[in-house]
Amino acid sequence: MSDARGKAGVSRIDAKFAALRAEGRGALGIFVSAGDPDFETGLAILKGLPGAGADMIEFGMPFTDPMADGPAIQESSQRALKAGMTLTGVLEMVRAFRAGDQDTPMILMGYYNPIYSYGVDRFIEDALASGVDGLIVVDLPPEEDRELCLPALARGLGFVRLATPTTDDVRLPAVLKNTAGFVYYVSIMGITGTAEVPTDLVTKAVERLKRHTDLPVCVGFGITTPEQAAGIARCADGAIVGTAVVKTIKASLDHEGRATEATVSDTLGFVRGLADGVRGARRPAPHA
Amino acid sequence: MAATAQPNSLRAGPDADGHFGIFGGRYVAETLMPLILSVEKAYEEAKADPEFQRQIAYYHTHYIGRPSPLYFAERLTEHFGGAKLYFKRDELNHTGAHKINNVMGQALLAKRMGKTRIIAETGAGQHGVATATACALFGMECEVFMGAEDVERQKPNVDRMRLLGAKVHPVTSGSGTLKDAMNEALRYWVSKAETHFYIIGTVAGPHPYPAMVRDFQSIIGIEVKQQMMAAEGRLPDTLVACIGGGSNAMGLFHPFLDDTDVEIIGVEAGGLGLNSGKHAASLNGGRPGVLHGNRTYLLQDDDGQITEAHSISAGLDYPGIGPEHSWLNDIGRVKYVAANDEDALRAFALCTRKEGIIPALEPSHALAHVGTFIGDRPKDQIVVMNLCGRGDKDMDAVMPKLEKMGLL
Ligand SMILES: Cc1ncc(COP(=O)(O)O)c(C=O)c1O
Repeated sequence: MSDARGKAGVSRIDAKFAALRAEGRGALGIFVSAGDPDFETGLAILKGLPGAGADMIEFGMPFTDPMADGPAIQESSQRALKAGMTLTGVLEMVRAFRAGDQDTPMILMGYYNPIYSYGVDRFIEDALASGVDGLIVVDLPPEEDRELCLPALARGLGFVRLATPTTDDVRLPAVLKNTAGFVYYVSIMGITGTAEVPTDLVTKAVERLKRHTDLPVCVGFGITTPEQAAGIARCADGAIVGTAVVKTIKASLDHEGRATEATVSDTLGFVRGLADGVRGARRPAPHA
Repeated sequence: MAATAQPNSLRAGPDADGHFGIFGGRYVAETLMPLILSVEKAYEEAKADPEFQRQIAYYHTHYIGRPSPLYFAERLTEHFGGAKLYFKRDELNHTGAHKINNVMGQALLAKRMGKTRIIAETGAGQHGVATATACALFGMECEVFMGAEDVERQKPNVDRMRLLGAKVHPVTSGSGTLKDAMNEALRYWVSKAETHFYIIGTVAGPHPYPAMVRDFQSIIGIEVKQQMMAAEGRLPDTLVACIGGGSNAMGLFHPFLDDTDVEIIGVEAGGLGLNSGKHAASLNGGRPGVLHGNRTYLLQDDDGQITEAHSISAGLDYPGIGPEHSWLNDIGRVKYVAANDEDALRAFALCTRKEGIIPALEPSHALAHVGTFIGDRPKDQIVVMNLCGRGDKDMDAVMPKLEKMGLL
């Protein structure tokens, strides 16, 4: 889309959701850990994601101690680290991706320590220069906004917050206050990949969030099939799938954990299935 | 405790957001935030409630067996030939370590909050045993996360927990030690946040845990002050304690922080040596970072990935340290040193033979450091070391090593 060219940071996220609204459908966000199972293969998957139908990418910054992740994403993070991935490597991959794609929002997702270690100001600068549009940092709640959220927002980098079933109406305004790009609703009580998304409860939760914010609301944690993705894309502005994707990567590896011929094609094929589901799920036209 | 601290006191922290200088804070996933805020609120109320304090005092006296003795270690004093050495004998507590001081406080708080399901992480198993004990006493459900390697090297404690009715979850991720147990306990808690109370076993984790655990452990230092005045009519010159997360040390140190004539030394686990890369000395070999809900010194690589700790002692085998210790280190109030595996084993044997006390491997690190300086101190000086746990749990791991070192 040529009108998104030149946009970067949070404005690229905004442009994408505006375009999808015009199309009358929700977004498909795909999570992969950067460099899983190795740099080359990971980059090939990354570059193929938009063509396979991903509207947005949640790009995991591998960390040794991913406290909000279940076994599948823990393992994908470990595979990437074992193959030598670093935060510098993550940004390098984003830069390589951006050279061929100006439209797909790229959200880095992970934990604070590698960023803190890299240096917050240097990280924000390098992330923007590489083509990163937003950040999801799981262990930075609003109480710690001064660390990274406020400096990032000041420079035009989106900061996407997680809202959860435990985020009540009293707390919600604080959670939404410094959020930019979209709101990520965590659909289950728990870590990634440990329960199935309860679609009926999610519908109510999204309605509740919508009463408090005009930002798009995406839903993740626990979406594994094209049908579920379609169901979520109908009631929310986007569905985010991670665990099922990294499980597909894992299933394609040889017995020593190395990529095979099938790794890229299986992964992108799985994403294509999800995308078909989401694209088939037209949403009622917005009133506003 | 903190409430009675003077304006310029070193005991006034943390601030309202849980910071000790730049350390501490609340770095947790949103799912846990509402819960952590409710624990904080409940703790603030409980702390100010005389009935809650009365309950704690009751269990101290009648269940844990407090006050624990302050014992003049005469034979070791003679052996070293310098300053007088006293042991604060928290190894005599019910369940065999200081961990129960904290657990009784948090279990009573959980009860007050109407929570009857408890989660805990454990390294040496002492905190797990203490938690399983309190849960048996109060009729609560108990689940303990323990690294698979620790399950092996602290087997007697695993059996004790099972006997007490707790469910022990061996954790195989990472190196299968305390850090991984804490990750897994936090993950589990995220999925049970509405029903479960997490009893953290040391002065780490998100606010209010570091301050709350410190308050519950401060009974150690409060008693030492009174007992030392009774025994010697003055305060000690030096305090020494081992550091895993730092709870027994903080419990001893905190009441003395404003007594600036008192020298305070924390002893980290030096493993195979600080230069070997195989140790658990976060202050001596790490740098500030964020893990397990707080900013503190951590063992990590150049990319901010957490590196694995090593110590012969499961209770010290942790790549972090409580945030208040990080702050006390940076302002210079407490000196932090390290003792190696082998030195700890020698101290273990020495204490056993000279005093008839089998210490846990953790305080054996403290004793190893005491041995490096106490002989050079004048005979009229006084050193207090926290003998925070007994060594029964370590027998299986220690015997073959002592045999090999020719110490049997
Ligand atoms: C006897 C004993 N001492 C010390 C520790 C280390 O913990 P902390 O530094 O919190 O006192 C443990 C932990 O398991 C222990 O069992």
